[in-house]
Amino acid sequence: MAALTPVFSACSGVQSALDPAGEESGQVARLFWLMIAGGLPIWAFVVALSLYASRWKLEPLREDTAARVIFWGGVVLPVTVLAALLAYALWLMPSLRPFAGSDDATLRIEITGRQFWWHVVYKRPNGVRVVSANEIRLPVGERVEFALTSDDMIHSFWIPALGGKMDLIPGRQNRLSLRATKVGTYRGQCAEFCGTSHALMAFPAIVMEGAAFETWLNARSRPSSGVHAPGTGRALFERNRCGSCHRIAGTQWQSTAGPDLSHVGSRLTIGAGQLASGSEALASFVADAGAVKAGAHMPANSHLSAAELTEIATWLKGLQ
Amino acid sequence: MSAQPEPTRDKATEEAQLRAVWAKPTGWRYWTSVNNAQVGLWYGATAFAFMLFAGLLGLLIRAQLAVPQNDLLSAETYNQVYTLHGTVMMFLFAVPIFEAVAIFLLPPMLGARELPFPRLGAFGFWSFLIGGIFVCGSIFFGVAPNSGWFMYPPLATSEQAGIGADIWLLGLSFIEVASLAAAVELIVGIMKCRAPGMRVNLMPLFAWYLLIVAGMILFAFPPLIAGDLLFELQRMFDWPFFDPARGGDPLLWQHLFWIFGHPEVYIIFLPAIALLAMIVPTFARRPIVGYSWIVLAAVGTGFLSFGLWVHHMFATGLPQISLAFFSAASEAVAIPTAVQIFVFIATMLAGRVIFSTPMLFAMGGIAIFVMGGLTGVMVALVPFDWQAHDTYFVVAHLHYVLIGGMLFPVFAGLYYYYPLIGGKHMSDRVGRFAFWLMFAGFNITFFPMHLTGLRGMPRRVYTYPADIGWDWLNLISTMGAVVLGIGMFAVVMDVTLHRRGKPRGEVNPWNAGTLEWISEPEENWGVRSIPRIESRYPLWDQEALARQVNAGDWYLPDAKEGRRETLVTSVLDAEPEQVLRVGGTSYVTIISALTLGTVFVALTFKWWIVSLISGLAFMAAVLWWLWNGTGDIPEKDGKDIGHGISLPLYASGVKSVGWWAMFITMTGDGTAFASLVFGYFFFWTVHADFTGGIAGPGMFWPMMALALFALSWAATLAAREANRRGKLAVAWILLGSGALTSIAGCAAALAGPLTTGMDPTAHVYAAIVWTLVIWAALHGAMGGIMQLYCLARSLAGRLTARHDMELHNVALYWHFMLVTALVTFAVVGLFPEAL
Repeated sequence: MAALTPVFSACSGVQSALDPAGEESGQVARLFWLMIAGGLPIWAFVVALSLYASRWKLEPLREDTAARVIFWGGVVLPVTVLAALLAYALWLMPSLRPFAGSDDATLRIEITGRQFWWHVVYKRPNGVRVVSANEIRLPVGERVEFALTSDDMIHSFWIPALGGKMDLIPGRQNRLSLRATKVGTYRGQCAEFCGTSHALMAFPAIVMEGAAFETWLNARSRPSSGVHAPGTGRALFERNRCGSCHRIAGTQWQSTAGPDLSHVGSRLTIGAGQLASGSEALASFVADAGAVKAGAHMPANSHLSAAELTEIATWLKGLQ
Repeated sequence: MSAQPEPTRDKATEEAQLRAVWAKPTGWRYWTSVNNAQVGLWYGATAFAFMLFAGLLGLLIRAQLAVPQNDLLSAETYNQVYTLHGTVMMFLFAVPIFEAVAIFLLPPMLGARELPFPRLGAFGFWSFLIGGIFVCGSIFFGVAPNSGWFMYPPLATSEQAGIGADIWLLGLSFIEVASLAAAVELIVGIMKCRAPGMRVNLMPLFAWYLLIVAGMILFAFPPLIAGDLLFELQRMFDWPFFDPARGGDPLLWQHLFWIFGHPEVYIIFLPAIALLAMIVPTFARRPIVGYSWIVLAAVGTGFLSFGLWVHHMFATGLPQISLAFFSAASEAVAIPTAVQIFVFIATMLAGRVIFSTPMLFAMGGIAIFVMGGLTGVMVALVPFDWQAHDTYFVVAHLHYVLIGGMLFPVFAGLYYYYPLIGGKHMSDRVGRFAFWLMFAGFNITFFPMHLTGLRGMPRRVYTYPADIGWDWLNLISTMGAVVLGIGMFAVVMDVTLHRRGKPRGEVNPWNAGTLEWISEPEENWGVRSIPRIESRYPLWDQEALARQVNAGDWYLPDAKEGRRETLVTSVLDAEPEQVLRVGGTSYVTIISALTLGTVFVALTFKWWIVSLISGLAFMAAVLWWLWNGTGDIPEKDGKDIGHGISLPLYASGVKSVGWWAMFITMTGDGTAFASLVFGYFFFWTVHADFTGGIAGPGMFWPMMALALFALSWAATLAAREANRRGKLAVAWILLGSGALTSIAGCAAALAGPLTTGMDPTAHVYAAIVWTLVIWAALHGAMGGIMQLYCLARSLAGRLTARHDMELHNVALYWHFMLVTALVTFAVVGLFPEAL
């Protein structure tokens, strides 16, 4: 199969919950280190006590003394620790994922899971609506609301660097809210087993400065000028009926059965986080999507010549 | 009571008789044995073999993930491998190994000759073997289940799941039936077959734990069986239980699966703790400290385990308030668990500990398990779980819990109890060597996974990109897995290869205090005579007990009538009540398991005719089994068991073990039914438009069905009374007309949805109504068959006014049936009217 090109090369930590770049992930990472600080001593204590009891002690304890160990170690210790921990976590929950009314959110991103890619729609209260796929962009510091559902299997939406996961379930709409705190490029991945190529269902998550994001979003709300580019790419796209599944803004093709391609040329990856974007990657994916991603629903185009593939790929790459 | 040998007895003849009656068959007929010692051993060896198979699958997983972008396995193969790894470990090893150990150990531990239903135990084993081979074999044809051991719809109901999903559903349903059979056997055995004097507060802890676990199986497995039923109805006939387009909801399966799945974890864990509860006192050379603490803690764990299931669903979008509730409950279960661990620590503190190989495995297991418990406390916190859920952190957590809390204790148990198999001992040197390999290998494999998961690696991925921080962690895990594998291999070699060369050693090399250590491995009779117990550790506290028991000085030392017999005692105080005759060597268990297995296999391939024929063959086999093997009227009323005690040979009603078996079976059955009713109301709550505009079954036919079933119930009760008064003709008429009424009730039940034209494929409302009605009708039909069975028994003179256990059991069945009918027809007939 085609290589999983290192889009995020040398970026160890782009998908790590321990390198937080968001409000929720930051809180949870702190909670984790807190629990490690408490948990390791407890573990060491229990193991040391067992070793003392079985190997190191010289004289047996009296039975009633030993029974008191059960009470203090088995009841008092866990009750105290757990009550404190639980209280902290329950207190944390509502602030991490406030769901009281979607009107608060000034940016709403609707995500629909498909085998094995993501359909994405950005919505602003002012009516801006941008359809995209397989890439998420967020403004830093702004609380973003996600509306999550699925058209086929259960998937799970997860950007570890920003926060925890939430499932995409057919027939249900789940909500998640995230606030990014650090500009950067991160990686998200499907976290619920969804079929053959579940492992290959990823996406880049790009946190941008507010102004840059606004510029980007406004540009995406208009069709790409690349649709009118010279060359035979567009004609080949039409002749091979690619438009029966793929939407391209500003054209007659509006189906969303497959990923939206309106600005595919400007995305970082092809195939939901699998190949670094570029004409060659586009050409190889068009030629045989199943070779990149087993079980992909896109048919192979083995009848196309290399030259034709290049034409299509060049045209698609031009959709910036 | 003193144990004076009686002068008139000819002990040599007695012993020869006993040996002949309990003899295990020889040659190929050996496999028709139903004795607990043989069945327990086969069961254990089979479960162990499945564990090794699943372990190899685990090594394949690690080989594939050793390096990024590996193409050793294709995505499809990998998905089959990891699905089967989890499925086999959970269903074919973790649960059955304890059924095996319990079947093998409980009779000698309780001072019984045999469990009350040996043939049922053997039937369970053969079902397990057939179902297990069927499920495991599928991977060699590339058609193994590939949707994960949790089988979430819509993926597992889709065509992508292929026949593997059916193999999973039907193969495992079959095995779940075997588990339920074992649960019935163990509960009745522990409640009714203890040695005289073994009051509940003197019961060995292993028996306490197994009683709790068997009770949990009874309430945990039926929801899964109900889920399997709905699932298979969707796969085979397109009834849309999990299809949101037609009113269904994929989350219903997750609820049913985890209502089973979480107690399952404790069903696996508690018996392992039970083994430690036997091992630790032996090596601390003193009774357990805090007997009541540990029993209460085990009961508490059992109860709490049913209130945790939603912590597997924290990321499914349920309301935060319910997440908070289940988070709190999940934390709470850590408390009784901690109590159990500290009971062991306290016992060791108060004793003088000998550190042998079983103790090494026990202590290693506790060290690992405590780590798993602490990460469990972490993932039970909702915000942390949102990150950790479905990542390698959870993979690490669950392996720490299950391998520390189950596999290591099982190995401790293997080293501890091995002398009971033919008096041979395992090698201490190999044991220590294997322990350190396993302990190190385990930690090298699974400790890094905590980090792998938090660095973002999800579970169930067949490949991963290089350079995002997972490469070296995965490579270390794979190397550790190899070390773990070598450690396991060393134990396997010790158990199998060297067995022949080992000399016969002491049977009780540890100087343990419980009754099972009296047994003579060369004899098949369980115990030579059944003693009266006055202590929790009778071998420590009752001097000369072992000698007296093996000299035949105690109760029931003979088998003059040539029948296999054991004592039945009262539930709480274990006072002798009855001499129970149990079934002996027979083909009928294998034939029953084979025919039932064929039903499930044929259903998988949709060979309807084959499954129908084998279904009828199965029914015939079971009827033959019941007719010839149960409820026999003894040739005399009572039997002298020695020491001036004479006990009846026959009991009916509450005193009979059969009545208890029926009660327990129907409790499980009722739980499955309750799960279906839960499904009905679940659909009602999730959708505003519950009925989807479909007309219900109306009121008339459901109420008619209810009336008819109530009549049939009354007829059964009246027949029991008439029979008791000796009015046989009246009883016959009542039973015959009862059966006819039952059949009429079934017809009326089905007439409801039929007459209003409910199409079960159109909408989930129609589908769930049909399911409930068919469930009630099938149970009604079964009740009719039982009434006819009693009629036939009575006509054949095998059921009389004084020997009427079948009538009592059938009446009990009909009590449950009446409740089923009441609920079903109120729900389908009256509830829609109230909307």
